[in-house]
Amino acid sequence: MIRFTNISKRYPGGYEALSNISFHMEKGAMAFLTGHSGAGKSTLLKLIALIERTTRGQLFLDGQNVSRIGKRRIPYIRRKIGFIFQEHHLLFDRTVFDNVALPLIIAGYRHQEIGRRVRAALDKLGLLKKERLYPITLSGGEQQRVGIARAVVNKPMLLLADEPTGNLDPDLSREIMALFALFNDVGVSVLIASHDIPLIEELDYPALSLEHGRLAGSVVDRE
Amino acid sequence: MKRSRKNQRQSQHHWHAQLRRLLSPRTFLQRHAQVALDSLGRLYRNRVASLMTAAVIAIALAMPAGLYLLLDNLERLSGTWDGQASMSVFLQNSVSASAADRLAKSVREWPEVHSVQLVTPDEALQEFSQRSGFADVLDALDENPLPAVLVVIPASGYTDPAAASALRERFSRLPETALAQLDLQWVQRLAAILDIARRGILITGCLLALAVLLMIGNTIRLEIQNRREEILVTKLIGATNGFVRRPFLYCGLWYGVLGAIIAWLLVETGFWLLSAPVSNLAGLYQSDFHLETLPFQLLWILVMGGMCLGLLGSWLAVGRHLDAIEPT
Ligand SMILES: Nc1ncnc2c1ncn2[C@@H]1O[C@H](COP(=O)(O)OP(=O)(O)OP(=O)(O)O)[C@@H](O)[C@H]1O
Ligand SMILES: [Mg+2]
Repeated sequence: MIRFTNISKRYPGGYEALSNISFHMEKGAMAFLTGHSGAGKSTLLKLIALIERTTRGQLFLDGQNVSRIGKRRIPYIRRKIGFIFQEHHLLFDRTVFDNVALPLIIAGYRHQEIGRRVRAALDKLGLLKKERLYPITLSGGEQQRVGIARAVVNKPMLLLADEPTGNLDPDLSREIMALFALFNDVGVSVLIASHDIPLIEELDYPALSLEHGRLAGSVVDRE
Repeated sequence: MKRSRKNQRQSQHHWHAQLRRLLSPRTFLQRHAQVALDSLGRLYRNRVASLMTAAVIAIALAMPAGLYLLLDNLERLSGTWDGQASMSVFLQNSVSASAADRLAKSVREWPEVHSVQLVTPDEALQEFSQRSGFADVLDALDENPLPAVLVVIPASGYTDPAAASALRERFSRLPETALAQLDLQWVQRLAAILDIARRGILITGCLLALAVLLMIGNTIRLEIQNRREEILVTKLIGATNGFVRRPFLYCGLWYGVLGAIIAWLLVETGFWLLSAPVSNLAGLYQSDFHLETLPFQLLWILVMGGMCLGLLGSWLAVGRHLDAIEPT
């Protein structure tokens, strides 16, 4: 599903956030991405969603080399990926329902289909009663869950989550992880960046560990 | 291995479904209608600001449209006199009444003359005193100061400016003639003035169209800035540039249409206010001339023009500012 070969990422300022990363994550797999703050977890996820572009190396998604893919084709790649952002990126002038519906509207779904799918996603995340509210009136954890609902509503083949449990209490965190496992069971590949080490250890999934932009520790399938 | 093949089939199916959905005309229209309505709703929510922008656009559209309509009416006015261009031949005071009569008879035989009417000095005096209200002053004069006049209507085929001029020349050469005046002259002058006015309106129209373009472009630019976050987020989750562009294009289009409708109201109201005094003035000249605006044609032209300007203005703004917003 995801293949990194000798990928480096240097930000415009000259800082090398990732150096020479190589790994392969199978289709349908689920893995964690850990590391200290500033290790490059968000950067790695952004490279996969083509939000940031690689400076060196080759990136394959679903067998397709996307390292040098043109700007016009990026949106279609992103639609196959559900991204849960570290900083939510919700639209505060729209209701919870409209926020979650956004990926479906972008993909051009029918009105009735949108309503059905959005409610299904909100139901899974326990937000059905909040669909008419604005995100600003929700707690941090609820906002996080709206972000998750928006990421999964489109039934993506790959789910990327950047600190999805950052604002959640342990019980809720466990529930969310169980939800990810559920998505994984129906064939969605899942990659979760988190520094909640206890929770990661509790769950039996492989983990990629980043340290100052380099791959260290246990690895999904190191090359 | 087994699993990956299954997934491949799944993703292929996924893509086919997506393609079908995108190409289905119903969803295509549905989506555009949705975006158009959303944009309109957004304008309505900020109705005071939207109305002000639309009003500025309307004034810029109404100016050239109104001026052009006035010009059109003036041309129609000059056109009604074009066909019956007449000529006044003032005779020398020394020409006797019988000589004038004979002259009128001989002129009537000219091929380029359609009809001749002799206005004797007495008739001229009578008409003048009736019309001018100077009756008392004229009564006080011992002698009639007015000359005899031949009012000549050129035959058809001799009404164009060149032929009419030649005819005037022929009259001037007669020994009895004091002055031959082509009443067509003012028509020609009016036509020349209207020509200049038409140019002027064209230039004004172009400048104001440019102003509308810039106005809409600037409004859209501000709108893009205000919705920066939304643009970023939608791009992050897979919106194409086309998707992001669409609401702004519709926004510009609506501004153009709203401006056009208001402009239409302004022009129609203006002409309505002018119509009574103009008819009054025309009545003083024994004319039944009145202003015409062809309201539906005008509305149609204004709306089409406003729509095009709105789309073009927003398209330019969107091209300049939207692609610069890329998520990081
Ligand atoms: N847009 C940017 N421009 C320049 N440097 C950046 C940019 N984004 C991130 N960095 C740098 O790259 C490094 C890795 O950042 P990144 O956000 O990937 O870390 P992280 O592992 O997600 O940390 P955290 O756990 O705190 O979210 C940091 O040192 C950061 O300063
Ligand atoms: Mg991060």
